Amino acid sequence: MAPVTDERQRSGLREPPSWRRAKSRIATALMVFSFVLVMIPLGFVLVTVIAKGASAISWSFLTSPIPPSVLPANTGGIGPAVLGTLEITGLATVLAVPLGILGAVYLHEYGGNRPLARLIGFMADVMTGVPSIVMGLFIFSIWVLHFGFSGLAGAFALGCLMLPIVIRSTDEMLKLVPDSLRDGSYALGATKARVTATVVLPAALGGIVSGALLAVARAAGETAPLLFTILTVTTANPDVFSGPNTSLPSQIFVNASSPYVGAQGRGWGAALTLIAIAFIFMIAARIVTARFARYAR
Amino acid sequence: MSTATQEHQARPAGTLTERRPLGDRGFQALALAAGILVLVILVLIAVSTSQQASSWFSTEGTKIFSSNWNPAANQFGVLAFIYGTAITAVIAIVLAVPVSVGVALLLTEVVPHRWARPIVYVIDLLAVVPSVVWGLWGILVFAPWFQQISTSIASGVTGVPVLGNLFGPPASGASFFTAGLILAFMITPIVTSLSREVIATVPRIDREGAYALGATRLEMIRGVVLPHSQGGIVGAVLLGLGRAMGETIAAALVIGSSATITSHLFAPGYNMPAVIANEFGEATGVFRSALMGIGVLLFVFTIVINVVARAVVGRSARRGRGT
Repeated sequence: MAPVTDERQRSGLREPPSWRRAKSRIATALMVFSFVLVMIPLGFVLVTVIAKGASAISWSFLTSPIPPSVLPANTGGIGPAVLGTLEITGLATVLAVPLGILGAVYLHEYGGNRPLARLIGFMADVMTGVPSIVMGLFIFSIWVLHFGFSGLAGAFALGCLMLPIVIRSTDEMLKLVPDSLRDGSYALGATKARVTATVVLPAALGGIVSGALLAVARAAGETAPLLFTILTVTTANPDVFSGPNTSLPSQIFVNASSPYVGAQGRGWGAALTLIAIAFIFMIAARIVTARFARYAR
Repeated sequence: MSTATQEHQARPAGTLTERRPLGDRGFQALALAAGILVLVILVLIAVSTSQQASSWFSTEGTKIFSSNWNPAANQFGVLAFIYGTAITAVIAIVLAVPVSVGVALLLTEVVPHRWARPIVYVIDLLAVVPSVVWGLWGILVFAPWFQQISTSIASGVTGVPVLGNLFGPPASGASFFTAGLILAFMITPIVTSLSREVIATVPRIDREGAYALGATRLEMIRGVVLPHSQGGIVGAVLLGLGRAMGETIAAALVIGSSATITSHLFAPGYNMPAVIANEFGEATGVFRSALMGIGVLLFVFTIVINVVARAVVGRSARRGRGT
């Protein structure tokens, strides 16, 4: 670090002050410009999806069966995909969120600084980086090959993606719970399980719920883990535990590769629906966080 | 009577130290099991996918790393996909990192705190747009538009030594570059938020010391912020690289689906996640096993990158707290 400082001071002092200030202004302008660069694709995507999707979306679009691809955009809808996404994401949430919270409870309340806890914490971080397509292949080889395609298999794959996210966000929240709360309950003679379940977790509830909502928002938009686990059919399947199913993201994937304008139009409608779902979960998470922050103060 | 009560009350306290109630131990075991589940899943991913890929490894031997990919002729070399993954991930990193670090510096060093929050919300919106929506927009809107631009760029640089090799024809709407660009949009939020976290750990007193010596903002950033947060930013870049390598659906739609190795970035290509997503459905036998094997390789690559990245981030975070 010393040579860096030396060189910088020498070059800096030789330059006239006005040029130094101008360089700094240019750098600030570049930072603002980089933010503008980020806004451009985001703006384009959102405007396109809203413009093309809004004309497709209606109540009947959200509930009607999926027509053959060749039919024009104003026929049929994406009902089975909406149903499938709700079923599969819901089941994945039921599987992953309790396990994730328990895992975080182990990491923070029981594990502490033990090697096993440190390993699990590290591996949970690493697991967030496992590509979603690999999760799909994994569930395909341990579940689908033996029990066939089903919404349940899709939920397993999405659950594997959500698990480390929930563990990490819950762990962060448990760190914020003051030790005085734990000590107070121990002093009353409560067991560790009781302290955790009735004092620590309720105190961190807001943050845990908001982390879980963000994990759901992320999982709802995932396509790759579902490709080889639910098979993407066009008929509605209310039984999430057996038989091929479908979902919004996998339907969009099929429609995006379709040459038919009608199918593409339904793809835009489905994309707007999917973004809206993810958006609602994100806003819900923000509201819960804001509520929780106020309550904590 | 009072002694009897004392004895009576002393007993539960005694049982607490000697033997914890069943429910308490049960809860601990449950929590431990949930924690260990993470390790079990990671091991199971490695074992089950490798098992499925074993027939590819055994029939092809060292030919798995050749550049011959022709499922119809039973040739399953993955070099083209590894190359495509590397190229698209590098394009994404080169495009996303300067912008992400710029936005992170803007958020921490320039704008006042109450402006930073809405900017973070906007950046997070990028992360909310699902991969498949990027892909849909990429293939139906962006690629046709980009085809015209890339064609004119390609005809402009034909014959120029290095540029001609990189940006010369063939120019297609769906290409390595399109995929890399869309991956760049997708990894920008994560690289930005990780860099911002690291930059926020730079001690306030160091910043003010630099300003007190008369440094301009740029000089302060170069002399204090960047040396302090170098390690963490490298970790953030590596995590972004891991993301870019594993992103599937957007790449599958816009990469052009052609297993070629070429220096021409505007040419259609293929990468590892995209070939799995596009071909797995119809694959059987050794073909399926080969795609499973590509998944194993992808898993290994991303795990290695993530382990290194997490180690770098963890070390720089500890050092940041220590100084």
